[in-house]
This record gives sequence, structure tokens and C-alpha cells, in this order.
Amino acid sequence: MSSGVAVWFPIGVMIVGSAVVVGTMVSINRLLGPRGRDSAVKSEAFECGNPPSGGAWGRFSVRFYLTAILFLLFDVELVFLYPWAVALRDLGMFGFVEALVFIAVLAVGLIYAWRRGALDWT
Amino acid sequence: MNTLNLANLGFAWLPLLPLIAVAVGAAIILLVGVRLEDEDSAGLGILALGVLLVSFVCTLFTIGVNAEAFGGALLTDDYTAFFEIVIQAAAAISVALSLDYAADNGLAGAEYYSLVLFAVLGMMLMAAAGDLIIVFLGLETMSIAVYALAGFVRREARSSEAALKYFLLGAFSTGFLLYGIALIYGATGTVHLDGIRAAIVARAASQPYLELGVGLMVIGFGFKVAAAPFHAWTPDAYEGAPTPITAFMATGVKLAAFASFVRVFMIYLGPAAAQWSGVLWVLAALTMTVGNVVALVQDNIKRMLAYSAIAHAGYALVGMTAAGSAAAVLYYLVAYAFATLGAFAVVIVLERRATAGLRIADYRGLAQTRPGLAAAMTLFMLSLTGVPPLAGFVGKLYVFAAAVDSGHVPLVVIAVINSAISAYYYIGVIVAMYMQEGTPEIEPSGASPGVLIGVAIAALAVVLIGIAPTPYMNAARDAFAAAAGPPAQATAFAR
Repeated sequence: MSSGVAVWFPIGVMIVGSAVVVGTMVSINRLLGPRGRDSAVKSEAFECGNPPSGGAWGRFSVRFYLTAILFLLFDVELVFLYPWAVALRDLGMFGFVEALVFIAVLAVGLIYAWRRGALDWT
Repeated sequence: MNTLNLANLGFAWLPLLPLIAVAVGAAIILLVGVRLEDEDSAGLGILALGVLLVSFVCTLFTIGVNAEAFGGALLTDDYTAFFEIVIQAAAAISVALSLDYAADNGLAGAEYYSLVLFAVLGMMLMAAAGDLIIVFLGLETMSIAVYALAGFVRREARSSEAALKYFLLGAFSTGFLLYGIALIYGATGTVHLDGIRAAIVARAASQPYLELGVGLMVIGFGFKVAAAPFHAWTPDAYEGAPTPITAFMATGVKLAAFASFVRVFMIYLGPAAAQWSGVLWVLAALTMTVGNVVALVQDNIKRMLAYSAIAHAGYALVGMTAAGSAAAVLYYLVAYAFATLGAFAVVIVLERRATAGLRIADYRGLAQTRPGLAAAMTLFMLSLTGVPPLAGFVGKLYVFAAAVDSGHVPLVVIAVINSAISAYYYIGVIVAMYMQEGTPEIEPSGASPGVLIGVAIAALAVVLIGIAPTPYMNAARDAFAAAAGPPAQATAFAR
């Protein structure tokens, strides 16, 4: 293992490189870009979704919270299951049973949420 | 093609049965309970007691099986079994106290009891943890369930306040613990407790990071065991939480936190004791003094018992500063747990609608109206004070003797002075019950069979463990020896 400054050299290159790239982009934009044409149209969101309607502090249904939490939960489940599916052959029977237990635990949660009415919107 | 054979799964699953039983039981209660739309929670409580009993029987089979599972992540030795049994007992008494309390206060049954069981699962994981990740996992499983339980009386602002304060400070302290774990991992290159000890012994650990990590872990555990100066959440959380949950927090949570604290520090960070025993010395002195002195001026019994819980964490920390006194700490925690459970059970009898009947003045004249309850409360108060021949006395004797043996005489002097101070407020309750006039109001539903059985069991335990301490002390000693020794016969079960 090499010691001293040499270890940090690639990181130094990276820092200098990123500073140069960012600096160039910002300064070229300043030099070449048209100026003095600020207008209401220009300050609107450009290709960033719909124009906003209403304030960000408006009320919305608390049910979104439940939906979001449940989505998060089962989303994370999927995140774990993809690598498991890929590596199933290497994990063998132990990994298979372990993932079944994991799915069973999540299924209990889903059944509970379902029965409790968390999935009904009205 | 291998078939589904549990014996071939590559780990010792049998010693994990107590944990599996609790997890499955909690899931069953959740699924069964959600079908019951009414507040028929008592049946679910009985079911929870059954789950704890099954788990207890499973634990009995694991005694003497010093195995490890998942590559040493879980240590199912006698130390684990010891704490599993005490935690199961504390949880069972808490559930018994809840049977009518939950129905009276409109606490939804399925979530309540399954959260208690999930908390128990986390506690058992903490006791069994053989690596720092499992310590963290168990701590979180326990804590998140208990945060929710603390706020379970939703119409009561105090309960929500308790949950919020407990959650915010608890989450904050978990951060300290996690950062400590990260630094220790950085210093030693492993989260495995065995490996950490080996690295310290071989002087392979990077010192500043190790010291910083150990210090942060002391803070994290200090929060969970409610040691001063990390105790500020305790009185509010204990006061606002439903009383059976307060009893559970004061015993189960504290036992589990100490189970992990003692195992990680006294056994695996033992070679680095020079770096943390001084810190624990100061924490112990501070915790005892703050707990006892502030308890003197409390007029609410739940707050008084909260400060008492802080003070007792201090006494247990006295034991942790002495190398040879781990078994005494274990014994002390058991003695403390039963006296505290009993005291909270009596509190539940006198409590009305979650807020009234909680002043110490409300206990005036209890000896006339309910002599049995008053006598039991007297036992618990005397045991917490440390009056012979009760369990609390023997516990203090063992802890202080061990601390003196390892040369911590000034600390023991502070501890004894603190015991004398504590007599004032413990005996104040007895004075109110026996020597002051009054008519305590007790609703007929207050003194339910579950609560009275809880009081009786706790009283019996306080007396029995005090009069015949030897078997319990031996069990504690064996438990610690099993944890401290090399995991020798582990191969019999694992692999």
C-alpha cells in the first residue's frame, strides 16, 4: 500500500477537475448568455411540471400519509427482493427460507393494514 | 436438490425458539385482534400471557445450551436465558396489570398487546446480542414499540407529551449509540463483540476512535437506563404513559438496556475498562444523587417512582464500575424490577381515569381501607429503600460489597448516603398509608384480579428473593460466567 500524498492524488485530481468544469460552465453562461430580459414568463418554471396552483401550505387529506407510509414499506420490500432473486442460487435453502420469513412478516403487516381499513379511501 | 429440512438450515435455531415464539405470538395477536372491532382486549391480554408462557418454556429448554447463531450475531447462552426469563416475567406482570386498565381507558387491544410483545422481542434481542448491529436492532425494535405504547392514551395530552418527549430524546440518544458503534467499527474493523475484544487485547484498535466510540456508547446506553445527566426524559415519560406501560418501561426497558450494557462493557470492552470505568464512576455518583434528591420533593407517585428508577440505575452503575460484580448487578436488577412492578401495580389500583389519584397524599388512610394493599406497598417501598431481609437489601449488599472489594470505597460511601436519603421519600408513602387520616377512593374496577395477582407475585418475589438469595445469586453468577467464558461448546448446536 502506497503511503503519503500519493494516496490522495486521485481525489485531488477529482476536486480540481470538478472545480474547473463547474467554474467553466458558470462563467461561460455569464459571458455568452443574453441579459436584461427578465420578465414574468422567464421566471416561470420551465419544463418542470405544472405551474403551481395555490400555496404549498394548503391542507390535504391525512390519508395520503397512510398511503405514503404503506407505499414506503412495500417499496422497501421490493428493494430487498430484487437482489435476493438474483443471488438465490448462491444463498441456497437458507436464503430461500429466510426471504420467505421476511415476506411472511410483511404479509402480516399488509393483512393488518388491510383489515384495519388503511387501504380504504373513504 | 436439497429439501426443506430445518436441521440443515446451517444455524442453531432451537435456542432461538423463545424469540421466535414472541415474534409469532405478536403477529397472531395483531391478526386475531384486528378482527375484533369492539374493545374486547382482555382476551387478547390472556393470549399475550400465553405467548409469554410459551416463550418462557422455550427459554427453560435453552438453559445450559451455550450456543451461538447467525455467525455469532446472537449468543444464546445462560446470560441471555437469565435476562429472557426476567424480561418475560416483567412483561407478563405488565400485561396482567393492563388487562382491565386497557379496557377502562379505551386502549385498542390488538395493537397494545402486540406492541408489548414486539418490545419484548427487542429486549430479548438486546440481551442476546453478540454484535453491535444486533444491539442496535434490538434497541430500536424495543424503543419504537415503547414510544408508541407511551402515547397510547390518545385523548390524554400528557400521554402524547410523554410519547413525543420519549421519542425525540430516545431517537437522539440512539444516534449517539449508532455513532459510537460506527467509531468502534472504525477503530477495530469489526462490529462483532468477540472481534472487538480481540482487537483491544491485541492492541490493534486505534485508540482515539475507540475511546470516542466507547464514550458515545456510554451516552447512548446512559439515555436508555436513565442515568443522569441523560435522565431528563424519564419523569415526563413515566408520568404521562399509561401506568402498566410505565411499569414496563421502568423494568423491561431498563433490564434490557442493562443486559446489553453489562455484556458489551463488562465482558467485551472489559480489557479497555481503564478507559470507561472512571466515566461510569462519575455517572453512578451523579445518577444516584440526582435521582434521590429530586425524588424528595415529588408529590406525584409516578414521578417519585420515576426518580427512584433513575436512582436505582445509579446503584446498578456502581456495580458496573467494579470488575468482579457483574453477577451482583444482575441480582440487583431482578430485585429492583419486582419491587418496582409491585409498586406500579398498587399505583394502578388507586389511579382513576389516568390522572386522578396519583398524589402521594391520595394514599392517606390506605392501611384502614385496604390493609393488604398497604402492606404490599410497604414491602415494595422497604425493598427499594434496602431494608433487610427484602430483595433490595441483599442486592445493595452484593453490589456495594463488590464495589468495596475493587477499591471504590468513596463511591460506596456516596451510595450509602443516597440510600439513607431515599428512605425519606419511600417511607413517606408508608407514613401516608399508615399514620395519616384519609379515605382513598378506589373504583371497584381498579382492583381487578389481574392487578391483585400482579401485586401478590411481586410481593412474593421481593420477599423470597430477599430471604433465600443464594439460588438467584448463583443463577446470576452462572449466567455471567456463561457469557464471560469462551463460547466453548457452541459447536454442539451450531453447524
